Amino acid sequence: MSADRLSLDIALARKTFSLNVRETLVLDGVTAVFGPSGSGKTTLLRAIAGLESGAEGSICFAETVWRDSAEGNFVPAHQRAVAYVFQDARLFSHLDVRGNLDFAAKRARKAGRAPNVDGAVEAFGIQGLQDRRADSLSGGESRRVALARAVLSCPDLMLLDEPLTGLDRAARREILPFLKRLPEQSACPILYVSHDLEEVAALASRIVVMREGQVLANGPIGEVGRSLDLGPLSEGAGPASLIEVQVTRIDTDGGLMALDAGGEVLRLPAAPGTQEGDRLRLFIDARDVAIAVERPGPMSIRNILPAQVGRIVSSDTAADALVDLFFGGEMISAQITRQALSELQLETGQQVFALMKSVRLAGDFR
Amino acid sequence: MPDLGPVLLSLHLAAVTTVILLMIGVPLAYWLATTKTGLKPVVEAVTALPLVLPPTVIGFYLLILMNPSAPMGGAWVSMTGGSLSFSFAGLVFASVIYSLPFMVQPLQSAFEAVGRGPMEVAATLGASKLDAIWNVLLPQSARGILTACVLTFAHTIGEFGVVLMVGGNIPDRTRVISIAIYEHVESVEYAEAHILSAGLLIFSFVTLIGVYALNRSYRLRVS
Repeated sequence: MSADRLSLDIALARKTFSLNVRETLVLDGVTAVFGPSGSGKTTLLRAIAGLESGAEGSICFAETVWRDSAEGNFVPAHQRAVAYVFQDARLFSHLDVRGNLDFAAKRARKAGRAPNVDGAVEAFGIQGLQDRRADSLSGGESRRVALARAVLSCPDLMLLDEPLTGLDRAARREILPFLKRLPEQSACPILYVSHDLEEVAALASRIVVMREGQVLANGPIGEVGRSLDLGPLSEGAGPASLIEVQVTRIDTDGGLMALDAGGEVLRLPAAPGTQEGDRLRLFIDARDVAIAVERPGPMSIRNILPAQVGRIVSSDTAADALVDLFFGGEMISAQITRQALSELQLETGQQVFALMKSVRLAGDFR
Repeated sequence: MPDLGPVLLSLHLAAVTTVILLMIGVPLAYWLATTKTGLKPVVEAVTALPLVLPPTVIGFYLLILMNPSAPMGGAWVSMTGGSLSFSFAGLVFASVIYSLPFMVQPLQSAFEAVGRGPMEVAATLGASKLDAIWNVLLPQSARGILTACVLTFAHTIGEFGVVLMVGGNIPDRTRVISIAIYEHVESVEYAEAHILSAGLLIFSFVTLIGVYALNRSYRLRVS
């Protein structure tokens, strides 16, 4: 699958909010649109889908112009070959599950693919649900049907608006594997809106970071994560960091695997099915990172790395401060109390040790 | 055995009126439910006028419109050879006007209750606007559509004032149930008046029970 380009030059003004995006997105696999609530992620997605007719400017997807307000050009949503998975699934309540899937398959865009209803039913595990009414499904079930329905419309671009929102942990764990397999199912690029960094880390390879209606950064997730502190933008999880690592060795006796993180070694319980050479994303909660000025003595924490203090964010009103730590080209955030910050007399550029109490693979949702 | 003519005529009039109003009401209600223009309150007010105006006012202006010397009445005469006033076609025209709110308001409420959500889904799955209206909006509004049709039908059967002014009292052409009852009472034929009145009473009561049982959320807002 080659990468498609989505050129955006959109301006949209609302009473309390304005969206201003001028950016070319390279779409390959899953691209996360990430940012706090109210940053304009959903509005951007709706403008791309053609659901915001008030959006000025231009939208061009893979050489096709979808919107050019200077020329008065507006391709309506149903001619854009996008499929949109809404936050609340939005299954058709007058149809059963089979009817919902058939609705999409009948109107599928035939871009060299034919919709395969049976295949989608199997891929999204909805055998046995087909005769159920849409309003009798659980949250997780209706999201799976919504995903299958979107895939069956054979779009050139899939837009997902926080498909895990409003689900409990069990349901999120139920849906996540289906989302991970979505790129192969849909055979098209996916834009995935989320305000949860951990979700993004688990699913996306590229990221578009938004705040207050504007794009802050856009690129491969590892690169963007190194240049921009994503933690404070994440909701729900609190400050956290995301780093990409490579599995260098799996120790079958101790059940640990060694990971190369920018030249430093981290150790983690081996994940089932992981092989040497695999690239993984780690999710590190800033509250689980402690700082020591000297190398600590023998202790239970396994992951202790020399690091350099970067930016320090503290305010007089908050009890906690956020400290960026660099090691081998990677960056993680540590959340410590302001009292600790002043006692340790931390300064930017200082050499310290980062103690990581808990590191986990992104997408474990523990 | 009472004369069945007025009953059949009333049923015929109500059926024709309901079908015509359904075809006018769906597009009009859809426009009202989705438009953002400032024209909306004006059109809503015009639609609701028959609810508040005395039937004599509507009847009076309809008579003037249908007069063969007026443009509309004249056009009808030159097309059909007959006068629009005091004819069945004139009654249908009048009924379409005075029953308009009973069709449009429940439809508008139903369309607004469905909202933009399902229509957006349909669009992003490749359905054109007409496709989405036909296959999503109308099926999801089914109960509202049924309510609107039943109310329109019942209200058309029950109207008296406009019918009397526009149609007069011509057997088998404009003498509907309500007119027949009026005439029976005038002629002190209370037995016949009772049969028709009780029949209309029971019909209306059963119809309304049906409407309210069908759905409690599509009531008329103005009346």
